[in-house]
Amino acid sequence: MDKIRVLLVDDEGELVTTMAERLEYRDIVADSAISGVEALNKVRANPYDVIIIDLKMPGMSGAEVIRTIKKEYPDLPLFLMTGHGFSLDGEEIPPGIVDYLPKPIKIDVLVEKIQGVLKKRTKDHKI
Amino acid sequence: MSSGNAGHYNKFTTTKMSLFDKITASFRHLGKYNLASSGRYERLWRFTIIITTLTTFVPLLFMIVVNYYQDQKSYNTDIHYRINQILDNTKRTLEFIIEERQSVLTMIVRDKSYEELRRGDCLAATLRNLKNSFGGFVDLGLIDSEGNQTSYTGPYELQGKNYRDQSWFHEVSLRGVYVSEVFMGYRKFPHFVITVKADKSDGDFYVLRATIDMELINRQIFALDLEEDTDVFIINREGILQTASKFRGSVLEHSGIKIPPRTMGKIYISESESRGKSETYGYTDIKGSPFYGYACTKLENPIKHWAVRRSELLWILGVTMAVIFIFIVYRSTYMVNRLRASDERHAKALHNMEYTNKMATIGRMAASVAHEINNPLAIINEKAGLLKDIVTHTEEFPRKDKSYTLLTAIENSVERCSNVTHRLLGFSRRMDVHKELIDLEILMKEVVGFLGKEAEHKNIEIAYNFDKTAPAIESDRGQLQQVFLNIINNSIAAIKDNGRIEITVQPETNQTVAVCIKDSGSGISPENLKHIFEPFFSTKGQFGTGLGLSITKEIVEKIGGNIQVESELGKGTNFTIFLPAAGASGS
Repeated sequence: MDKIRVLLVDDEGELVTTMAERLEYRDIVADSAISGVEALNKVRANPYDVIIIDLKMPGMSGAEVIRTIKKEYPDLPLFLMTGHGFSLDGEEIPPGIVDYLPKPIKIDVLVEKIQGVLKKRTKDHKI
Repeated sequence: MSSGNAGHYNKFTTTKMSLFDKITASFRHLGKYNLASSGRYERLWRFTIIITTLTTFVPLLFMIVVNYYQDQKSYNTDIHYRINQILDNTKRTLEFIIEERQSVLTMIVRDKSYEELRRGDCLAATLRNLKNSFGGFVDLGLIDSEGNQTSYTGPYELQGKNYRDQSWFHEVSLRGVYVSEVFMGYRKFPHFVITVKADKSDGDFYVLRATIDMELINRQIFALDLEEDTDVFIINREGILQTASKFRGSVLEHSGIKIPPRTMGKIYISESESRGKSETYGYTDIKGSPFYGYACTKLENPIKHWAVRRSELLWILGVTMAVIFIFIVYRSTYMVNRLRASDERHAKALHNMEYTNKMATIGRMAASVAHEINNPLAIINEKAGLLKDIVTHTEEFPRKDKSYTLLTAIENSVERCSNVTHRLLGFSRRMDVHKELIDLEILMKEVVGFLGKEAEHKNIEIAYNFDKTAPAIESDRGQLQQVFLNIINNSIAAIKDNGRIEITVQPETNQTVAVCIKDSGSGISPENLKHIFEPFFSTKGQFGTGLGLSITKEIVEKIGGNIQVESELGKGTNFTIFLPAAGASGS
């Protein structure tokens, strides 16, 4: 079975690169992008299984990136990273989000959720 | 809200009040506010009552006094008129009677000569004619210039009697006509005489003397058909009664009245006051006689009448004024209370707004701080995590165990920090009502987590009792947090040290969830318990705004719930919040 490919998007480069490294330790191929434009370019160039993205970014916002990706790749699961705690109250939740993860994220929880969503998807596909 | 629920809620919200209860309650309400701090309202209340009372009562009293005096005046005028009428009638009648008899006697002496009259049969025939034609004549006597009664006809034996020394004889011989006062004379019943002087052909004179029965006059007075309180009688100048009086004695007794000289045919009317009774009286002279007509109305009846009316009036006035006054007090109380309630609502709304604004500001600040901290916290977390991964995956990492322990410690601290930021974010969210399904257990633990440190300091044990069968509720997370925060905060404040707070969530009905927060604190006195949900009521003195529980109640009601409190001094307080279950009608 191929390794899971993940794209991490956040304007905090330190965060995404470190997370990517950590995911590599857990058998997940992780790529990172530090802006919306970069993220879109990478999504168009590479076949990712999951995208994990922060909402608040300078330039192109997370929400815009999500809308574009959803338009081009409707089946691509998207996770939202947020510094806003447990819920997303007061912020517009873009449609098509599978789950959200409050910062700081526990890496094991993240891996579990990624695996969970992909397992569900393959199951759905088989059906 | 379903009927089952309605009944349940009614138990805590409404109690039926009779009108009387409402009125007394409103007075009590005022009484409650008779505090120094509410002096402004008390002054306003008093001022309103005084001004309204004055503007109502002064014209009323003025009108009554004017009316009273006008009434009395018209009554007096009425009495004066009556007296005047009586006297006028009496005067005319008596003058007529006397003059008529005087004239007929004059006519007799002109028509007949002394000699003719001296004949007994002629005199008797004349008396008979007089009796038939005029009435009142008792006898006739003929007296010569020497005073000897030379002829007499009548019921008595008076022939030969000499009148020379009697004053009336002198009077008539001088003036020609004389009407006497009333006297008993020989006959022992009241009568008066009319005498006329006539000249004989030989130059001498004689006198015709007629006795008139006083009954004639009495009949005239009787014919006036007088009221019980009115007395009409005849007196002479000295005040000797010439006819019987109702109140002043019988004939020839002294009436006690002194007629002033010179009445000159006029009618005099006046009032006198004696022994507390006023009397309207009048008198007039009867021309051609020594008589005076006198009439008086003892205002006994009118006085009684007035006294009765006055006390009746005073009663009606008193009752009316009392009713008006009660009404004024009630209205003033009602209005001042309304004003006060409106002022308080206004102030409360203002405070509420300030409070909400403050909370919103704090919330926004907390949110941005938490958000800004979360990002570097996430980096620390990832860096430490990566280092931990490296340590784990490197076989020969120097001091591997020690490093692992250190990194785990960093991760734990990061987790503690993130707990704080997440809680802050949880509280700061959204001030407007936004309904969502809420897990009361999680929410309650968040709230308690926020207050945990204070509870720990006081060594307060917090026990949970969550009934898993309780229906889920749909409400506003932020508002509910504020509600529980306020109550638990109060509970912690009520406990000095080593207490216990018990939080129970259980289904009340299938459409209501009861959240019970019970503390072992100092409790609330029954007196204070009545007021704790009122705005600005605080037992914390300068440390409390007095708004916490009033806002709490408001929020609970806003989200369709209800709050109830039970407390016992020294034992603790039990707040129960009833919340509508998700999907319950009325929620």
